[in-house]
Amino acid sequence: MDRTQRIVSARIGRVFIYALLIFTALLYLAPLYVMIVTSLKDIEEIRSGNLLLFPLKPSLYAWQKAWSSACTGSECDGLAPFFWNSLRIVVPAVAISTFIGSINGYVFSKWQFKGSNYLFGALLLGCFIPFQVILLPMAKLLAVLGLANTVTGLVLVHIIYGIAFTTLFFRNYYIGIPTELVNAAKLDGAGFIKIYKLIFLPLSKPIFVVTIIWQFTQIWNDFLFGVVYSGSGTQPITVALNNLVNTSVGGKEYNVDMAAAIIAALPTLLVYFFAGKYFIKGLTAGAVKG
Amino acid sequence: MKSALQQLLPKLVLAPTTLILVVCVYGFIGWTALLSFTKSRMMPQWDFIGLDQYIKLFDNPRWMVALENLGAFCFFFILICLLLGVVLAIFLDQKIRSEGALRTIYLYPMAVSFIVTGTAWKWILNPGLGIEKLIREIGFQSFEFRWLIDSEMAIYTIVIAAVWQSSGFVMAIFLAGLRGVDESLINAAEIDGAPHYKIYTRVVLPILRPVFFSAIVILLHIAIKSFDLVQSLTGGGPGYSSDMPANFMYTHAFNRAQMGLGAASAMVMLFGILAVIVPYLYSELREKNG
Repeated sequence: MDRTQRIVSARIGRVFIYALLIFTALLYLAPLYVMIVTSLKDIEEIRSGNLLLFPLKPSLYAWQKAWSSACTGSECDGLAPFFWNSLRIVVPAVAISTFIGSINGYVFSKWQFKGSNYLFGALLLGCFIPFQVILLPMAKLLAVLGLANTVTGLVLVHIIYGIAFTTLFFRNYYIGIPTELVNAAKLDGAGFIKIYKLIFLPLSKPIFVVTIIWQFTQIWNDFLFGVVYSGSGTQPITVALNNLVNTSVGGKEYNVDMAAAIIAALPTLLVYFFAGKYFIKGLTAGAVKG
Repeated sequence: MKSALQQLLPKLVLAPTTLILVVCVYGFIGWTALLSFTKSRMMPQWDFIGLDQYIKLFDNPRWMVALENLGAFCFFFILICLLLGVVLAIFLDQKIRSEGALRTIYLYPMAVSFIVTGTAWKWILNPGLGIEKLIREIGFQSFEFRWLIDSEMAIYTIVIAAVWQSSGFVMAIFLAGLRGVDESLINAAEIDGAPHYKIYTRVVLPILRPVFFSAIVILLHIAIKSFDLVQSLTGGGPGYSSDMPANFMYTHAFNRAQMGLGAASAMVMLFGILAVIVPYLYSELREKNG
């Protein structure tokens, strides 16, 4: 192959690569685009047009209805109450599970004691269990505690089953902080709490961000715990969205379904677009463990 | 006195987590295991009937369909995610302009909940108004695409939606893997005059074997646990043709008052996950220590 030929074929190769990458990107974007344009159309236009057509007379009717008056089962108050439910579940559950994960990780990485490694192994396995295996007894426990069908009960469940992950995140991060630092601080007379507050906390900002984003996404997007442990009025937004889509009072309003889906997705999407770097770090840390 | 407290503090800090682990993870698994040996229906009751529930489970056509679906889902979901993920990662690794933006696009579905994904794809795949209509309007008048209401094909709609959601993630871990490959190896192969694609198939991909391994384990884990997507996209239908084990468990344990059977199915799921995860964790930990 002479030089010009080689350059030409390399050119063609690059064009092909770009074309494929851009085409795939459009495919990935298509569902979001379809959701947005559908949510802005009226039902007439949805029936006469097709998925990709731009709305001729865009309206926010579907958004209004999805937020405040669509039926999610027997009640018809839109997604708004459930949006706030999710927020009331997410904020305390994320804060508490992250905090516990941080001090747990601190112990597992720098204050190991006899058996602590086994304990960590046992905890690690807890990350992977299919939650179906704890659903029934947990329902019983919540009933005994008087927390069945409550927001508090859901917060508790999310904390309990979030700790394994948050601990893992912090432990893996803290293990990279030199132990000499801890030893030097000990020589200076600093104790367990002081070392955590003065050395580890100030160094932890990135891992806090990663963990908080991870937990926020997980808990906001949870459906399983939500559908099993919530009652009417305390459902998180994912459960309400599913009910909304499957409640058919009158004709099917696809525009309202799409607006509702975007509303349910918006918080985690915003977090992703503004803090994507940390989101990806969490994903890969959560996935490629050890 | 003070030093005794210092000795105790780490253990004290881990006490709540240990308690949770013993009760809410391992204790609950034991409770579910026991329940699976009883004939509990609406309420737990402790009449032990040996393996009857397991025998009933594997005699249940709905469970067998769920297992078959899981098999088909795992195969196609994992295969397509890997193919897409690897190709996108390799192409993105060719010093692509605006790589960051493309990456963001491939990964954003990961930030969205499966319920949102299900809702969106339920609309896109809508027989009559969705993709079918779009293709017909382009000019293929007799085009038919009705997998959502086809009991043979419904499970593959779940594959499509799940691939859309998870393949970006596979891309991300492969891209991270590619960036870690020693560049001198690639340069050496280039000097030897190996064509570009051969460098990948002969040199780079073999190095990335552990990444393949992790990706498969993670995708399997996602697949075995999948519940939300089925619930929101097909509801397990038509009939129960697109049910998966997690949906079977939920339906029987919580809607059909078949607690014992539900518990048995949960235990089978647990063993399925353990069969995948334990060897993986074992080899990961051994690699780290060895």
